Amino acid sequence: MTRTTLTTPLGDEVLSLHAGDQVLLSGIVYTARDEAHLMMKERGIPFDPVGAAIYHCGPVIQDARILAAGPTTSARLNALTGFLLDRGVRALIGKGGMGAEVARDLIGRGVYLACTGGCAVLAASKMSLKGVYFEELGMAEAIWIIELDSLPLVVGIDSHGNDLFADIALGANKQFHRKFT
Amino acid sequence: MVLPEDDPLFRALSAATCRAFREAVTTLPQDVVEALRSAAMREPSALAKNELKNILDNIAIAEQRALPLCQDTGVPVVYLTVPPHVPYTDTLICAVGEGVRRATREIPLRPNVVSPLKRENSGDNTGPGMPIVHVRPGSCLSVTVLPKGAGAENMSRLAMLLPTESEKIPRFVAETMLIAGGRPCPPVILGVGIGGTFDGCAALAKEALLLPIRTMDPFEQELCDAVNALGIGPMGLGGETTALAVKVRMAACHTASLPVAVNVQCWAARHSTVEVTW
Repeated sequence: MTRTTLTTPLGDEVLSLHAGDQVLLSGIVYTARDEAHLMMKERGIPFDPVGAAIYHCGPVIQDARILAAGPTTSARLNALTGFLLDRGVRALIGKGGMGAEVARDLIGRGVYLACTGGCAVLAASKMSLKGVYFEELGMAEAIWIIELDSLPLVVGIDSHGNDLFADIALGANKQFHRKFT
Repeated sequence: MVLPEDDPLFRALSAATCRAFREAVTTLPQDVVEALRSAAMREPSALAKNELKNILDNIAIAEQRALPLCQDTGVPVVYLTVPPHVPYTDTLICAVGEGVRRATREIPLRPNVVSPLKRENSGDNTGPGMPIVHVRPGSCLSVTVLPKGAGAENMSRLAMLLPTESEKIPRFVAETMLIAGGRPCPPVILGVGIGGTFDGCAALAKEALLLPIRTMDPFEQELCDAVNALGIGPMGLGGETTALAVKVRMAACHTASLPVAVNVQCWAARHSTVEVTW
């Protein structure tokens, strides 16, 4: 399987990706979880959102080094993501997929990239720490500025309305009702 | 008065707790690693195989560098066995708390524990009611830790079924995973508690996660097959391995009750036991 190489800030190249494609992402990404999303909504986005990639992650940091930084469950941020895409964010990185409203918001604009959940040291081995915003939110919830070197990801939701997670969920639902009704 | 730090038992138990956390968060039990390897061999889907390969690579790097294999180092759930000659006093509970604080600083663990409504982080993974400590009689003093991440814990469910509805248990277990989808980092291990009371049943489900997963009895296998038939696969990207295993623990219950609890455990099924000597 071939892997597409991408570097942030991202542009229209994300529009040619398709659900199920494997990519290697390099460049700056910004971690953000629940509290950081709320803070950005209230106080504004502390970085240039145009072409940016948001990583749903709360890392373990020690002495300004990233020790472990796998993805968190993206679906918690379903209702807090629209404003970021409106401001030009092109990629959301996390695990487990996102809701139908986010898939709709990504159409013609950007992609959701799935990172293997729990693979925190594998991810950290491809990262270097560049800075932090909202550090007062604590280690897990702050926005950490991270430079990636070829992080392996899978396109979970593309900009054409295809959602790999939704397809799998639909199949699971069919199987469930076949067996239990 | 003897300060806790001067009490050899306190020192030994807090050190053992810290050591158990270090082992638990940096290395997975061998049966779990074997189950992941065998799933990677069996998976026909290239995407699913790739996710499992990432997981196995991650486990190897974490062990080699002695780093937490997942950044969500969980909340501290602790099981103590206490032998007849050790008095069960607050010293034991305080020592476990001290072990958690030390583990948080030294390993380090991510500080995950917050107050439930104000969401204020204690910074050391302890707080009122945390760590959760279960105590049992035993032949030696031992500490078992089960650091529990939130992604999978949040997908766990409990049902108070009618006593006549035991045939609905497979449906409830499969439905739990249907709702969870890729969110709890599959392939999962499901701990199922059956019987007891509302609270006891949930505790049984969690304790089932401490059972070895090399074997399943026919009922556990039936539950596991029902879950795997969903095709959710590693990380929810599709595949044949949604659950590595389902383990069941049961207790007697009221004639009018049938509590069933499903505790969802991500693939990082971390637990470790250290015997305390002093």
